[in-house]
This record gives sequence, structure tokens and C-alpha cells, in this order.
Amino acid sequence: MFVLDIISSILLIAGVFFGLSGAVGLFKFPDFFTRVHAASITDSIAAILIIGGLLLQTSFDLNTAKLLFILAFLMITSPTASHALAKSARHGGLLTMAEVKEKQQEQTH
Amino acid sequence: MAELIDLVLLAMLALTALRIIFLKDLFAIVMLFGIYSFLSALIFVNLDAVDVAFTEASVGAGISTVLMLGTLALTGRKEKKSSHTSILPLIVVCVTGAALIYGTLDMPPFGHPDNPIHQHVAPRYIEESPKEVGLPNMVTSVLASYRGFDTFGETVVVFAAAIGVLSLLGIRRRKDKDTPESGLEAHHVLHVVAKVIIPLVILFALYVQFHGDFGPGGGFQAGVIGAAAFILYALVFGLPKSFAVVSPKILQLMASFGVLLYASVGLYSMFKGGNFLDYNKLAADPLAGQHYGIIIIELGVGITVFAVMLSIFYAFDSQAERSNIQ
Amino acid sequence: MNFILDYYNYWIVVFLMMTGFYIVISANNLVKKIVGLNVFQTSVFMLYISMGKVTGGTAPIVAEGVTQYSNPLPHVLILTAIVVGVATTAVGLALIVRIKRAYGTVEENEFDNKDDAI
Repeated sequence: MFVLDIISSILLIAGVFFGLSGAVGLFKFPDFFTRVHAASITDSIAAILIIGGLLLQTSFDLNTAKLLFILAFLMITSPTASHALAKSARHGGLLTMAEVKEKQQEQTH
Repeated sequence: MAELIDLVLLAMLALTALRIIFLKDLFAIVMLFGIYSFLSALIFVNLDAVDVAFTEASVGAGISTVLMLGTLALTGRKEKKSSHTSILPLIVVCVTGAALIYGTLDMPPFGHPDNPIHQHVAPRYIEESPKEVGLPNMVTSVLASYRGFDTFGETVVVFAAAIGVLSLLGIRRRKDKDTPESGLEAHHVLHVVAKVIIPLVILFALYVQFHGDFGPGGGFQAGVIGAAAFILYALVFGLPKSFAVVSPKILQLMASFGVLLYASVGLYSMFKGGNFLDYNKLAADPLAGQHYGIIIIELGVGITVFAVMLSIFYAFDSQAERSNIQ
Repeated sequence: MNFILDYYNYWIVVFLMMTGFYIVISANNLVKKIVGLNVFQTSVFMLYISMGKVTGGTAPIVAEGVTQYSNPLPHVLILTAIVVGVATTAVGLALIVRIKRAYGTVEENEFDNKDDAI
């Protein structure tokens, strides 16, 4: 159906836009934690939009079930990976930009 | 449209490989290598090689990257400046590259159905394998039945790699009192998610093992995916607990058992009057014999690859002092 | 244009092979050499799989209504090659760990004066 094609194209383009914005953010953001936030956008919203767009392309058969499984696994594992990354950095002693500035002000006073 | 995807993916691959040359941080180099493996798995899917893509993604981006990171934990993270210039390697590389490109101009063009590679041997396998072996997946039927010797050699090579790594490094068992605690004690989210994901990964490994006749899959991929599940367990919950779940002794027994299972199928078919690894003699009906033979040898391959990959990971992980990578 | 499309795959594969080769012969660190070796291996796999592809064909799994299959023989060869490659990588990395323990370094230009000490 033509309407389904249009909706699935909109979802796919939106998903690609968010993926691209995550990639651009990875370069432009100044601090480690902000970069992890930018990268984790690709995990969550871009995955949902792209797989949602693909779901509308198939008829209701085995492929639909497989895509839903893939979406479920992506939603469980990718945000966990970003969380583990940020938590390990914090555990290892990495400070955010605001805390670095505070520390510098304390040292000059 | 498929050519456009091909072009873009190959260009991304070339950029990734180029970046590896100029980096000095080994951690970033290993991560770029994982990305390189994933991109090549995508290209393999685009070139209709689904079995190969499966294996490349699980082996290259999974096991190879984990083993390299395990080595980095022991050898240090940064590369030091080299003392010789790189003019001579550059000249050698450019001359070799020019010679190879001159050689590729003689090759048949990409994708044409009447290339010499697609005559004589391949059409015979494509036409006869549904009748002689009866499996939908032609790659499995060639791998396990027509070229069963080579797969046997490959299994023995994997086993020999386990022997090599275990004799070089060995698995250090520490006494209980100086067991280092796992560095991931405080990661509660990881603990919960790992407990949910690991049974599903093991189930998927079993699915891939036994479904290799009908779709992409087979013994190698299943062994590697199963080993990846247990490696995740060892990383999240610590090595001593992992030794309690699957001990290295069991892994040594499993590795040898897989190779022996493969060899005994061959010996049994000799016992029944045929050649070594001639599956037609395994049952009264040749097609059923082929099915039995292929399932049993794939099981042997899967068990050996699982045990070998996990033992190699244990060998690397038990060497590491619990200090940060500096 | 057709000429470029016909041979583009092979030229990129040669470029990747030469990149891997350059890393192997010019890197100072042994782990980086092993990474370069793996880059080289994967590009060789891509050469074989590109040779086996037929335009208009599908994956070599028997299905209804498919007339043209891609060649399954290079896939079998490369499947074996990938697994053998990871086996040799594992043994190479184990050797690097032992070298580090014996010499104290894995940089190539620091080996020369250490050999007399052993």
C-alpha cells in the first residue's frame, strides 16, 4: 500500500537523521560524557525508528517476528553498553568538565 | 542499487584501514579492527556469502578483538616511536600494489555469470548436491560432505592452536586466599542484563548448530557464539566463578572429544565397508546416511571450537594482574 | 565507467592488502603487526568472495523459484580460512605475551640490546 510505503520512508529517514546526528555529536562534543550521550542516541532512538520503518515493509510473517526480536535485543544490550562505558569511566576517576573547572578554581585560590 | 551499497561499504573499509596506520594508541587500533571486521561482514552479506558473514562477524569482531584486548592488558597500551624511517616500506608497498593492480586488469570482470570460475565444478555441485546430499544449504553440504577431509583438518588445526596456547601460557589457578576480586563488582546493571542475555545466547548457539543444514550456520559459528556467552559470564562475574561453572579440565576433555567424534564417524564408515568419511554407508538409505554423518560431524566441530575458544580465553585472562591498562 | 565498476572491488582489495602489508612491515609494536596481519587476511577473503559473486544471483541456499545462485565453493574455502586465521592469531598473541615476559618489552627496536642479556 502506498500509505505504508510513505510512512516507512519517513521513519527510515528520521532514523538515519538521528544516527547521523549521533555521529556528528561524537566529533563535536567537548567532553567524554557528552560524547557517550551522543553515541547512545544511535542505540536507542535510531534503532527503534529504522527497525520500525523496516517492519512496515514486510507483510505479517516470520520476518516481522525476527525484526521484533532484533529490536528487543538491541534495546536491551546497547544502552547497557553505553551505561557500562560511562560507569567505568566514572569509576576510573574521569571528571566532568564542570568538576574539572571547580578543581582548577580550588587550586588557584 | 546493490553496487552502490558495495561501493560505499568498501570505501568506508578503506578509510578504516588507513586510519589504523596512523594511530599510536593500541586500544583504539584494536577497536578499529573490530569495526573493520563488522564492515567486512556487511560486505560479505551484500556479496551473497551469508555463512561467511556469520563466521567473520562472530570470529573476527568477537573472539579476535577479545583476545587482542586481553593481550593489551598484559603488554601495555601505547606504541612507542619507531627509530627507523618509513620510506623503504612505503616504496616496497607502492611497487607491490602497482604490480598487483596491473595483475587485476587481467581478471574477468566482477559478477558476470560466464566467468571461468563459474564453469565446470560449481554447476555440478549446485545441481547434484540436492540429489546426492539433500540439504538446502549448499555451503554446508560441500563443507561437511564433499570436502569433509578439509573440515577435519581445520578442526585439528583449531585443536592444535589450543595445545599451542595452553603450552605457552597455561591456565593459572590461584589459591583461594589471593584470588583477586572481579573489577565489575559494582556494575549492578551489567549483572542483571548479563543474567538475562546469557541463556538466550546459549539457546541461539544451539539453534545455529542444528539449523546449519537449512540456513546459514553450522558447527564453527555455533561454537564461537557459545564460547562468547561464557566469555561474557567470565568478564562480568569474575574468573573464579567462571572456573566453577566450566572448569578447564572439562574443556580439555570436550576439545579432544570433538575431534575424536569426527574421526570415529570416518572410522565407522570404513568399518561398514566404505571409504573414510563416506557417509553413504552409515545407514541403509544413502540420503539418510548423509544426514546422520553431517549432523554428527558438525556436533564434533561445534564442541571442539567451543572448548578451544573458551580455553584460549581462560589462558589469556588468568595471566592478567588486576591492574588498570596504562 | 563500466570498466571502473567491473574492477572497483579488486582495486579496493589490493589497497587494503597493501595497507595491511605496510602495517606489518613498518609497525614497531608486535601487537600492531598482528592487527595488520589480520587486516591483510580479511582483504584476501574479500577477494575470493568477490570472485564468487554472480550479479542477479542469491545466497547458495536452495529456495523456491530461484534460478541463479552465487558460487558456493569460494564460501567453503573462506570459511575454513577464517577459522585457521583466528587460530594462528591466538597462538601469535600468546607468543607476544611470552616475549613480554622474557624481554620486558614488545617494541621491536628495543630487542637488539636485550638479546645479550638473556
